[in-house]
Amino acid sequence: MTSVRNTLAIAGKELRGYFASPMGYILIGLFALLFGAFFRVYLTGFAEQSQRMAMGGGAGNINVNEYLIRGVMHNVAIIILFVMPLVTMRTYAEEKRSGTMELLLTSPITDLEIIVGKFLGAMGLFAAMLLVTAIDIAILFRLGNPELKPVLTGYLGLLLLGGCFLSVGLFLSSLTKNQIVAGVLTFAVFLMLWIINWFADSVGPTGRVIVGFLSITEHLDDFTKGIIDTKHLVYYLSFITFGLFLTAKSVDSERWRG
Amino acid sequence: MIEVQHVSKRYGRVTAVDDVSFRVERGEILGFLGPNGAGKTTTMRILTGYMPASEGKAIVAGFDVFASPLEAKRRTGYLPETPPLYPDMTVREYLDFVGRIKGVAPKERKARVVEVMRKTHVHDMADRHCSKLSKGYKQRVGLAQALIHNPEVLILDEPTAGLDPKQIIETRQLIRGLAGSHTIVLSTHILPEVAQTCQRVVIINKGRVVAVDTPENLTNRLTGAETMFIQVDAPAGEAGPALASIPGVTRVVASDSGGTFEVESENGTDIRRELARTVVTRGWGLLELRPMRMSLEEIFLQVTTDETAPEAAAPSSTESTEEAARD
Repeated sequence: MTSVRNTLAIAGKELRGYFASPMGYILIGLFALLFGAFFRVYLTGFAEQSQRMAMGGGAGNINVNEYLIRGVMHNVAIIILFVMPLVTMRTYAEEKRSGTMELLLTSPITDLEIIVGKFLGAMGLFAAMLLVTAIDIAILFRLGNPELKPVLTGYLGLLLLGGCFLSVGLFLSSLTKNQIVAGVLTFAVFLMLWIINWFADSVGPTGRVIVGFLSITEHLDDFTKGIIDTKHLVYYLSFITFGLFLTAKSVDSERWRG
Repeated sequence: MIEVQHVSKRYGRVTAVDDVSFRVERGEILGFLGPNGAGKTTTMRILTGYMPASEGKAIVAGFDVFASPLEAKRRTGYLPETPPLYPDMTVREYLDFVGRIKGVAPKERKARVVEVMRKTHVHDMADRHCSKLSKGYKQRVGLAQALIHNPEVLILDEPTAGLDPKQIIETRQLIRGLAGSHTIVLSTHILPEVAQTCQRVVIINKGRVVAVDTPENLTNRLTGAETMFIQVDAPAGEAGPALASIPGVTRVVASDSGGTFEVESENGTDIRRELARTVVTRGWGLLELRPMRMSLEEIFLQVTTDETAPEAAAPSSTESTEEAARD
């Protein structure tokens, strides 16, 4: 009970921190802008495609979910790659620089409550970002007739994917006092996690399986199809747990080193 | 209330705190005195549970800070060297947040925030952002933060740093007012501060405790001998030998102008009566007789530097030391 209260106190503080400065609004705006750009590209492509099919006299209609929404959601991974380092870079680095870390670590709350609180705060901001993009998707529901389920599971997948990036970003932020260093480091690591499946083909059949499993974005695919596969769910959740675990170890070791 | 037992802290090969032990009784104000880099902050960080000790044990309010950190932290208020403020929050929001994580009950929180703001005189800045505060206000909001959960133990790392003289006096008064209901450890390198606010002093140098006592006892003990300043109206050359012949007197130093003497005696013997009698029975005039004390500053220098100052003592008033220490 107190544990939940402490975690929420930290989460609330984090979330308020994002919106006390222009940072939160800029991030949401940036995310919405990039999402909108991708959405437009896919929408235009989709419109042309269906026009061509109609002119060809084919009865078949191409699927909105399949072609448009799924395509956009896959590209959200790229947006996350660029935006998430900006979300997480200050989480720990700033507390360490300004000395407020001393306040948190001498308060009757556990490291875990602080870490989970910070994670939830960042997740709150990310959820707000996704919520704004839902406006674009809502237009499709107004004009067309897409299926709801793949949209919902797709968003769940994105939330989990974002959680993975956040947990890694949180860890990297805990390593340094410098926000910029934290941001650049996070970006570099995200980039590696993203491009790792480009090398999947060159490492042989067994290597491909391993690399495919390491790639965070690979696991999003089933979610965008409307399938919640336990395998992927477990993957994402354990990835997040591992990231938070590393953060806990980092904070603890910092404490011993002083 | 606070018990530090053989605490050491090493960073790699560097030993920041070396086998430090001391006790603080309930309601007492303990001054932690030492030059910069002596290990004051490290010791305080160990006491507050910010970092663990490499060796030894620290017990705060009956709880081992390492074994049951949450219980100890619940009873400790801590003002670090730099006040830990969130620049984006207003003073009120900030204190409310600290109240939440320190476990102040939701129903009492609002009242507590108002109370500590009034105590530390920051209520007129309640709705201003922490980033916009002057150094003095930041320091006092830091103090308010340490008080928010009404802790039994207060650990204050240089609470008057960066304040102007008026604020320093106010803050010292506030701290003195908190003693009794709170047990306080405060660190400082300003010596008069210790003499004015603390009941007991721990002097620490290079990570080791070099002295623990009351400011008065330290002054007496560390001089090694008691020195009297005496001015007599006597025929030239007669007073010196007469004073030296008094039992218990170890040394008489005459001033250049003559007529004034510094008379050293064995520790613990009070020679004032004998001095006065000697002078008066010879028909001389006793113009001045007063004990000479080593100022805390001199003691501090004596215990923290390897070579002892050649002069045993020099007359000094509190004002002049205070001025020197503020530089």
